[in-house]
Amino acid sequence: MSTSVTRVPSYQRRMSVFWWVHKRSYFLFVMRELSSLFVAWFVVYLLMFIAAVGGGAEKYDAFLDRASSPLFLVVNAVALAFLVLHTITWFALTPQAMVLNLGGRRVPGVLIVAAQYVGLAAVSAFIYWLVVLA
Amino acid sequence: MKFRVLPFVWLTFSGGGVIAAVFLPILVILLAFALPLGWVDPSHQHLEGVVESWFTRLVLFALMVPMLVHAAHRFRYTVYDGLQVKHKGLVAFACYGGAMALSLVAFYVLGTV
Repeated sequence: MSTSVTRVPSYQRRMSVFWWVHKRSYFLFVMRELSSLFVAWFVVYLLMFIAAVGGGAEKYDAFLDRASSPLFLVVNAVALAFLVLHTITWFALTPQAMVLNLGGRRVPGVLIVAAQYVGLAAVSAFIYWLVVLA
Repeated sequence: MKFRVLPFVWLTFSGGGVIAAVFLPILVILLAFALPLGWVDPSHQHLEGVVESWFTRLVLFALMVPMLVHAAHRFRYTVYDGLQVKHKGLVAFACYGGAMALSLVAFYVLGTV
């Protein structure tokens, strides 16, 4: 048998940029992936906050004024919606990405998801205490 | 065995994803809404004390860098697949370069507060 390779010009269908808008699951997938932009935005926002706090009381007040402007509130509200989508989908995907065995038995996915929400609650309570109550 | 970078990027991507999911919601609710809108009112002096502790700054830096790698890595594939941009080298350079630049900014801000 000959081993020659025949090169066939392949047909590559061009995908539309908006291939994901027509189906709900594709749309949610792209929204979930886009949450990454807003994660980066919140890192920047956090740095702005820290720089303002470190810059003294006046800079901090000016920062709060800017942060309570409609533009910032709208941007942050949209970004928070994306962040919540990230948190929910990330927790939901973990049992599929990670298999946990305890005592020779596989830990059910529901438990892994639940454990993450407990972790979220604990971390949130601690940060709330640190920022507001301590 | 050949050393490969990509597995470490995926690992950091996952770590950053967990950090963003667990740490960011409360921080955003507090710093982007509760404080600016006056729902809670901790004194500036108190916040300054929290932020100026070297421990807080070290932890913040350790949380921020993986989140930036997470964002860069994920956005890279969003641009390839979602937006069908095929300049792969350029996109990767912009995403990881951006994450690196922001990490340096974080290092500077947290180091000088």
